Amino acid sequence: MTATPARRVRTLIELPSSTRAGELIEIRATIGHPMETGYRRDASGELMPRNIIRMFQCELAGRRIFTAELFPAISANPMIAFRHRVQTGGELLFRWTGDKAFEHVERRLLNLR
Amino acid sequence: MTRPRQLRWMIIAAMLFWLAPISPDAAEPASPRPTGQDHKNSVPAGDPRRSGFEDMSRATQTLQRDDGQNPAMLWVRDGERQWRQAPGPGQRSCADCHANAEQSMRGVAAAYPAWDVRLGRPVNLAHRINLCRQNHQLLAPLDAGSDDLLGLEAFIAMQSRGLSIEPVTDERLDSARQNGQLLFTMKIGQLSMSCAQCHDEHPGQRLGGSTIPQGHPTAYPIYRLQWQSAGSLTRRLQACLTGVRARQFPAFGDEMVALELFLRHRAAGMPFEGPGVRP
Repeated sequence: MTATPARRVRTLIELPSSTRAGELIEIRATIGHPMETGYRRDASGELMPRNIIRMFQCELAGRRIFTAELFPAISANPMIAFRHRVQTGGELLFRWTGDKAFEHVERRLLNLR
Repeated sequence: MTRPRQLRWMIIAAMLFWLAPISPDAAEPASPRPTGQDHKNSVPAGDPRRSGFEDMSRATQTLQRDDGQNPAMLWVRDGERQWRQAPGPGQRSCADCHANAEQSMRGVAAAYPAWDVRLGRPVNLAHRINLCRQNHQLLAPLDAGSDDLLGLEAFIAMQSRGLSIEPVTDERLDSARQNGQLLFTMKIGQLSMSCAQCHDEHPGQRLGGSTIPQGHPTAYPIYRLQWQSAGSLTRRLQACLTGVRARQFPAFGDEMVALELFLRHRAAGMPFEGPGVRP
């Protein structure tokens, strides 16, 4: 894997274009990340240091609506899908944090009809 | 006389009791099996060729069908960004010359490798992107298999979805195509195996735990679950060469492009479904 310094983080986020209060929606968030387990060795036999996302959080209008802890067994480029019963619209904030001081934040607007 | 008869009924009753929990499974209604890429066009009826898609598990098929789940879309979106973004101030982006990729790149991925006039030889899509960078953007070529190159390739591949793979009709490509066919059928490597021995003679059978596909390049670049990454046809072929313990064909080299060209010709008319997902 070519380790370009400070590579752009790639994400895919899927949510309904608009929704209603009371509706159950599915939100999917995928992020490009190697999720290196820390158990593998490279070609020279050296242990490759662990580099995983440790935590995923989602906030809606400042209120936390979903949290997930991630572990070495989770694949590269993890997709996290979860459901949420909509009460209010507003800004969705997605935050991934992990090893090597990794942090990435994405923002999307959840529109209420 | 009564004792054996009683015994017989007891045995029958015991057997029925034993079968009871199994029978609901056996009588399970046949669930509609996936019919391949049902939202796209498919190979003509009677055509024995099948995309590797059809041999995948339903879960993996679902990953490919739904762009919201297909991890290759990470590369597609990144390629789209590269397409639009000028590499530097005063420099031209891909979009500055080629404009809207949906029109200008439609069908391109389904018609590569193609002839390059300047080099006087066939080149694959990744090579073509690099030539464009070097000749028109005056940039260094991207590494074969790098995420940037795969991103552009995936974004261009996206514009050919659902179209048919083009047959090789350009006469200038004939010798490379024939060379590719030769390489496909030639026994190579320490295992002394040809591509054709697996992919022509034993498709559908198992090699280790996996089903041998017919080997049609219908979905490249692919997101391969085993790689945990996107990869090109070149990478896939290099993995096969490692499998038979053969000398590697370098990316962009004559042998590799000849093989890719032959594979395109062999898959002509099949629907292009890239960027796909493969196990």
